[in-house]
Amino acid sequence: MSIEVRFGIKRGEFSLTIDTEIPEHGVTAIFGASGSGKTTLLRAIAGLEAPENGFLKVGGVVWQDTNTFLPTHERKIGYVFQEPSLFQHLNVQDNINYGMARSKRDNTERSLDEAISLLGIEHLLKRMPSQLSGGEQQRVAIVRALVTDPSMLLLDEPLAALGDEQKAEILPYLESVYQQLDIPVLYVSHSRNEVARLADHILLLDKGTITAYGKVTDIFTSLDLPLAHQAHAETIIDTTVISYDAEFGLATLKFSGGQFVVASNPLESQTNVRLQILARDVSVTLEHQKDTSILNIFPVTIDHLVKESSSQMTLRLLAGKTPLLARVTCRSAQSLNLKIGDMVYAQVKTVALLR
Amino acid sequence: MILTEQDLTALFVTLKLASVSTLVLLVVGTPLAWWLSKSQWRFKYLIEAIIALPLILPPTVLGFYLLVSIGPNGPIGGLVDALGGAPLAFTFTGLVIGSVFYSMPFVVQPLQNAFSSIGQRPLEVAATLRASPMDRFFTIAVPMAKPGFITASVLGFAHTLGEFGVVLMIGGNIPGSTQVVSIAIYDHVEALEYGQAHWLAGSLLALSFLMLIVVYGANRRYTVAQP
Repeated sequence: MSIEVRFGIKRGEFSLTIDTEIPEHGVTAIFGASGSGKTTLLRAIAGLEAPENGFLKVGGVVWQDTNTFLPTHERKIGYVFQEPSLFQHLNVQDNINYGMARSKRDNTERSLDEAISLLGIEHLLKRMPSQLSGGEQQRVAIVRALVTDPSMLLLDEPLAALGDEQKAEILPYLESVYQQLDIPVLYVSHSRNEVARLADHILLLDKGTITAYGKVTDIFTSLDLPLAHQAHAETIIDTTVISYDAEFGLATLKFSGGQFVVASNPLESQTNVRLQILARDVSVTLEHQKDTSILNIFPVTIDHLVKESSSQMTLRLLAGKTPLLARVTCRSAQSLNLKIGDMVYAQVKTVALLR
Repeated sequence: MILTEQDLTALFVTLKLASVSTLVLLVVGTPLAWWLSKSQWRFKYLIEAIIALPLILPPTVLGFYLLVSIGPNGPIGGLVDALGGAPLAFTFTGLVIGSVFYSMPFVVQPLQNAFSSIGQRPLEVAATLRASPMDRFFTIAVPMAKPGFITASVLGFAHTLGEFGVVLMIGGNIPGSTQVVSIAIYDHVEALEYGQAHWLAGSLLALSFLMLIVVYGANRRYTVAQP
């Protein structure tokens, strides 16, 4: 079971050619610069655009082929638009009821209450949209989409129109929504921060074509792709909590290449935690340093290295099977004589908990 | 001096004509305005120009053509005759037909603007929430275009109220059936009955003003409640 997508769309100068399969579970980020066709792809999946050539099959049901075009209102989707788009003539409760009343479904009451408390909008139900902040409106719009019992959730940069504060306010809600859902989520974004926090998979789009598709952890660290070469190149590592030291406020987190020790608020054992490590916070040594304040040191193999400029170099290291990016100076690389296949030690200075 | 029975009848005919015409215009004009606001047809402007014609055409010209076409030898009159209907010229029904054409732009244009200003987005949102096209029209487009409907009704009604030339051409001046206030006033002035003309004109003025106050008051409350 998966989502098969094949589209050919031409709009003047712009053309979009898509041929891919999206997994039935987890969050897939559609990531790319403005004008790369992200929104067009999402709209075509929703039936809001009619591609000249298209094939779309969702969970075994054909939504579009040469002879079929299921209109939007017959597609079991939840769609959240970029700008808050509540119906201005209806209050919050009626906005939510609008979609719910029109979708055939069971256990309505339960999932309605769940969605409302998940997004924390209990106190807003009687208000009119104009009395809500942008962030609150988007939360309502997400609930409204969720309670239609969609078999797929499509979000078109739901945070892009919001200020930083409101983004920070809404991100935790989105995380908990994604963790609770067992339907595929397609999330259009041009913010690598959001993608790093929220996505399981990335579909990289450039000028209307897919340039890469895979796990977030792989795409972020592939030296063949642009993300690893940006100034803020980073590694994403999914870990599991094994213990928490309350005296020093340190959590021990397990991943396939070893263990991280990270300062954090108390964490339950066995919870999943996603870590973010900036490439410039990782350095390499030939010997295992003993007299250092750095807590996280791993034996690694140099998998790949690429010169970024005359002064800077990016290393792709492997700790076990887990990739880790390091940004070092070319002079250090030369004086340490770093080559592909070398065994070295990676020192990780700063680790951030993403979720 | 007070209104005569004939004046009162003229007043009644006028209000009836304006009400019926407005109702017909809303029924005919709403789908037309919706189509105009959505259609990508390249010759759409031809339809728009035809609808706007009464804005610049002297009412007598419009009235003349209407008279010809609803007469027994005209296309509309001939059709009605063939279907076994009574002749339309110099009847109340004929007046309604004339008023509908005459006031069409005053109803269609505000509605078209109101529908256009809603934009595509709310309708797309409704589609993603499982609403069919008809459903979207009645639950999203119509409520969101409410100020447009109010404006269209007021303009359509008021414009029909002030109709003179078209009525004169196709309705004649039959008291109790096709004599409207504007023509009754004209008759009074012709007969130098200025007192009577004052009473009738004053009544129409007061009535129109009262109606506009009520409607704009309601419209204002609506706008204030939904900024």
